[in-house]
Amino acid sequence: MRSLQRTWPFHIMLLPAIIFLIVFSYIPMGGIVMAFQNYKPWLGITGSEWVGLDNFRFLFQREDSLQVVWNTLIIAVLKMFFNLVVPFVFAILLNEIRKVGLQRSIQTLVYLPHFLSWVILGGILIDLLATDGFMNRILGSIGIQPIFFLGDNNWFRFTVIVSDIWKEFGYNTIVFLAALAGINPSLYEASEMDGASRWRQTLHITVPSLIPMVVVVGTLALGNVLNAGFDQIFNLYNPLVYQKGDIIDTFVYRTALINGEMGFATAIGLFKSVISMILILISYRLAYKWAGYRIF
Amino acid sequence: MYHKTAPYRIFNVFNICLLVILSIMCIVPLIHVLAVSFSAKSAADANLVGLWPVQFSLEAYKKTMNNPIFLHSIWISVCRTVLGTGLTLLITFLAAYPLSKETSVFRSRNVYSWLFVFSMIFNGGLVPFYMVIQKIHLMDSFWVLVLPGAVNTFLVILMLNFFRGIPKEMEEAALIDGAGHFRTLFSIFLPISMPSIATIALFSMVFHWNSWFDGLLYLSNAKDYPLATFLQTVIIQKDMSSMSMSPKEMELLSQTTVNAAQIFIGAAPILIVYPFLQKYFVKGMTLGSVKE
Repeated sequence: MRSLQRTWPFHIMLLPAIIFLIVFSYIPMGGIVMAFQNYKPWLGITGSEWVGLDNFRFLFQREDSLQVVWNTLIIAVLKMFFNLVVPFVFAILLNEIRKVGLQRSIQTLVYLPHFLSWVILGGILIDLLATDGFMNRILGSIGIQPIFFLGDNNWFRFTVIVSDIWKEFGYNTIVFLAALAGINPSLYEASEMDGASRWRQTLHITVPSLIPMVVVVGTLALGNVLNAGFDQIFNLYNPLVYQKGDIIDTFVYRTALINGEMGFATAIGLFKSVISMILILISYRLAYKWAGYRIF
Repeated sequence: MYHKTAPYRIFNVFNICLLVILSIMCIVPLIHVLAVSFSAKSAADANLVGLWPVQFSLEAYKKTMNNPIFLHSIWISVCRTVLGTGLTLLITFLAAYPLSKETSVFRSRNVYSWLFVFSMIFNGGLVPFYMVIQKIHLMDSFWVLVLPGAVNTFLVILMLNFFRGIPKEMEEAALIDGAGHFRTLFSIFLPISMPSIATIALFSMVFHWNSWFDGLLYLSNAKDYPLATFLQTVIIQKDMSSMSMSPKEMELLSQTTVNAAQIFIGAAPILIVYPFLQKYFVKGMTLGSVKE
């Protein structure tokens, strides 16, 4: 009890945060039992029938839910890959620009889309990418037939991935630029004495120096393998592209709140949360092991 | 000296051209919307507008500004952003201080940090969360926009890492002089934490201004929608229905200029704070991610 005498202010300071965490994070976890029920709103959690693992069995039997898991994986993995490679290359190229003013201006412009929401960008893209929109007019002028970017199953994923890269590559560059700024300049000076070309310097100094950062960013992204980006998909998709564009989060929203299959939707949500948690734990452990990264 | 070699010079020119084009591509869509919003209706409907207004007109902005629902949604967004950011700052600031202590000083720290971290990596999912919001009667209330997002573990981590960088001597001196922990936090830590507080405030402001899904999910009356939710329902959902093009929906499409104006007004606050924001978020982002 002596320690409580010394530390009570700490407990008081943490109290508001803990109350919020309990109400908005831990109590909802209790609702997970719905995943094991045939939930009926008028019967509630206490009155609904228990069905064991039936909901999960459905998840792996219904064609639509399997397709959704598959869509999620494809979109998320491609996004993860390109959101690592594009910023990496971009950071190195940007670092080559010696005019500080120009470098700053480019940075200012490329960071910007990250701060606009997918509602705003969705509104813009739907207009821009329509069959008679600005984009198709440009393509038309070089002789390309109009492309239905947001209404064609074959084009939708492409559009989603490219627009996500477009929105985030600038912002994702920041960590690499920070790592570039941390490289010891004497390495470059010494290699210049030895007559190394810029290309050799990039290959033997710049790239190896960035590898730890690539490892951290790459491993931490692992936890997002089932996050294909709810905000973006929800604001860009439509019934025409459900087949290839529907992801777990949008599917849960529709099954739960439009079709009213609460128990089934909870089961999919739980499936996603558990897999994500396992992946996050693994990725944090790996990031610590390979690059000494700690979160707390 | 590689700077003077011909291949490097050629590369340099190409590189500059490439990056300049890339960076312009990042804002071209915004310029297009701005141009549409300032164009005459007929030109916009015929899709004649590129990056410069055709037949300059302020009609769209007049119409938008005369829409009481639109104006009210801006007001709700402003309230939400101010209250939400204030609450997040207070809670984050308070919670980060004890969590930044050594375990030897504050033994329960480990228990608390696990509560935070676990909430970050695992959650009940959409449906149980929705049910809780219903049970605690937050549906259709303004507070549903502010309260659920009040604690963000990433921001707490950002803050506590900043606190750890403050020399221990400052705190010890204050404690020896008889100040309690609350006093130390508010009179010593608060003034020197301003850069970090600004970072968190800006992240939080952007989050609140851009949030739209909670409004759509928990508010049943469109009059209570914050701006982002309003834009989502008016611009996105309507456009989805216009894909099949019935005569009535064609009529909705002629709203192009008004929609563009609304989109631009929705983005404007971000564009305004952006220049001030920039110098902070770079610091904030690297603080949160790059550590030794």
